[in-house]
Amino acid sequence: MDRTLRDWRAILFFVGPAMLLYGAVLLVPILWSLGYTVFEGSPIAGFKFVGFDNYARLAQDPTFWKALWFGTKYALFVSAGQVIFGLLLALLYAFYLKRSSVLVRTLVFLPVVLPTVAIAQMFAKLFAIAPQYGLVNSVLANLGLDSLVQAWLGQGDTAFWIIGVMDIWKAMGFYAILLYTGLVDIPEDVIEAARLDGAQGWALSRFVVLPLLAPITVASLIFSLNGTLKVFDSIMALTGGGPGTATTPLTLYMYKTSFTYGEYGYGSTLALTLAVQCLLVTLLIFWRSRRAGGGA
Amino acid sequence: MQRSASAPRGETAPRTNPLAKLARLPIALLVLIAVFVSVYPVVWIFLSSLKGSTEFTANPMWALPQGLEWSNYARAWTEGNMSKYFVNSVLSVLPALALVIGLGTMAAFGIEIMRWKLRNLTSLLFLAGIMVPIQIVILPLFTMYFKVHLLDTRLALILTYTAFGLPLVVFFLVGYFKSFAREIIEAAIVDGASIYQVFFKIALPMVSNAVVTVALVQFFFMWNDLLVSLTFIQNPDMRTVQSGLLAFTGQYGQREWGPTFASISLAVAPTVLVYLMLNQMVMKGMAAGAVKG
Repeated sequence: MDRTLRDWRAILFFVGPAMLLYGAVLLVPILWSLGYTVFEGSPIAGFKFVGFDNYARLAQDPTFWKALWFGTKYALFVSAGQVIFGLLLALLYAFYLKRSSVLVRTLVFLPVVLPTVAIAQMFAKLFAIAPQYGLVNSVLANLGLDSLVQAWLGQGDTAFWIIGVMDIWKAMGFYAILLYTGLVDIPEDVIEAARLDGAQGWALSRFVVLPLLAPITVASLIFSLNGTLKVFDSIMALTGGGPGTATTPLTLYMYKTSFTYGEYGYGSTLALTLAVQCLLVTLLIFWRSRRAGGGA
Repeated sequence: MQRSASAPRGETAPRTNPLAKLARLPIALLVLIAVFVSVYPVVWIFLSSLKGSTEFTANPMWALPQGLEWSNYARAWTEGNMSKYFVNSVLSVLPALALVIGLGTMAAFGIEIMRWKLRNLTSLLFLAGIMVPIQIVILPLFTMYFKVHLLDTRLALILTYTAFGLPLVVFFLVGYFKSFAREIIEAAIVDGASIYQVFFKIALPMVSNAVVTVALVQFFFMWNDLLVSLTFIQNPDMRTVQSGLLAFTGQYGQREWGPTFASISLAVAPTVLVYLMLNQMVMKGMAAGAVKG
């Protein structure tokens, strides 16, 4: 048996094709991308070695700092929303609807599978002001709240909230399922024991259920932050980063730098900061949660 | 605390209810709101796709369509080029799905069942792919496809979707092989089966459920993709449904709301249909993928 399992031709047959494709399309480009950060130019214009100029430029680029701040603000807001709403829904499923929650779970999950571009087009129509009022402005106008009718997506601050609401709406059903799975996994007798000890209602949630759910909540938060820091589709399709650069996160700035202005070196440097940011957030949350876990 | 008897979950013993103190009615209302908020926008798109162009200005946006303007769909399909985009999407998503599932299952089998030195490293390399932001590889890939003349081809999309999908598929299936295939596979080898027979006749049928689940998840990722197709496709005729929808609503959809809503409905239809048919598997697959990632 050992000989069969160690047959290198069979190993090559099974793992070789996947590794080849994966290496060529993902692993090599990662290294390649790191190399780009010390160059300037594009495949069409040609490349020039510039050392650490791209990193120096990063430090002094106000658009970069603005994009970094926007992306971080957006990720914090949306992740908080996704996990909090997900948690509330999960508690509803597990403790109120119980077994009969299948239909509700299925319906609330629906937005998760919809294409982001289509959703963004839908939101664009919901919040439209021209050529005619979208659903929201038309409701406001009919309620006599004409002063609230506005170009929701044409202003940086309202556009921020709408993108955020859209991404929370799209993903909350997903986090609800994740956290619900965690809730169902809490052993019945642990909750029973806490109840016999006198914990009820809010106290039971706060001191028994939520702490037991902490690992999966942290996992959800990491997953959500990672996803929202990389947000591209929703913003690209909803506002294109505008008005101006008001809703431009790092991903969009990187995309435009690279493909609109053909600056591959600087684009790669921006992509690298994004990767580092994702990594830092993940590590930070792991570290915090381990400390909190150790102290409790 | 020692006394607590463990009841069979969720059957006879009612689950302790931390929300019991709240009245039932507000909670029922919350549930209704959650369902309405999740479903209504989709229904609204579909209803709006059936409205005639004057209805958008004459009636409030929430009004039901007066006639059924199916011609919006015909216009989206032809003038909006949705027919082309569908062909492009289908012809890149289906081959990519077949490839990612085929290569991923083989690789998972090779990593988990076969015995070789670098298997831990290999599995780590695949794990790395789950963590890395796609943005970091998109520029070198563009250069690479540019050099080998793959820009504006479906092959570029197929290769990219497959490579980006492999980490999840491999991890998902490695977990499956680990949890319950090993003994049976080893028994078959002891009985004299070749490793290829084992793979095709024993391992593959065993993981077929997992394969369907992970294929579903990949289908949603690929069908819904924007970044990859936007980057590698510049020829308007080669656009996929999502990048085509974006271009369409950008240049044309500002004025023509009926066909715009029809094209949004078309872009959404495959995912909604697949989801409605297989929702339990989709939810399970997505959740499992997330926890592993």
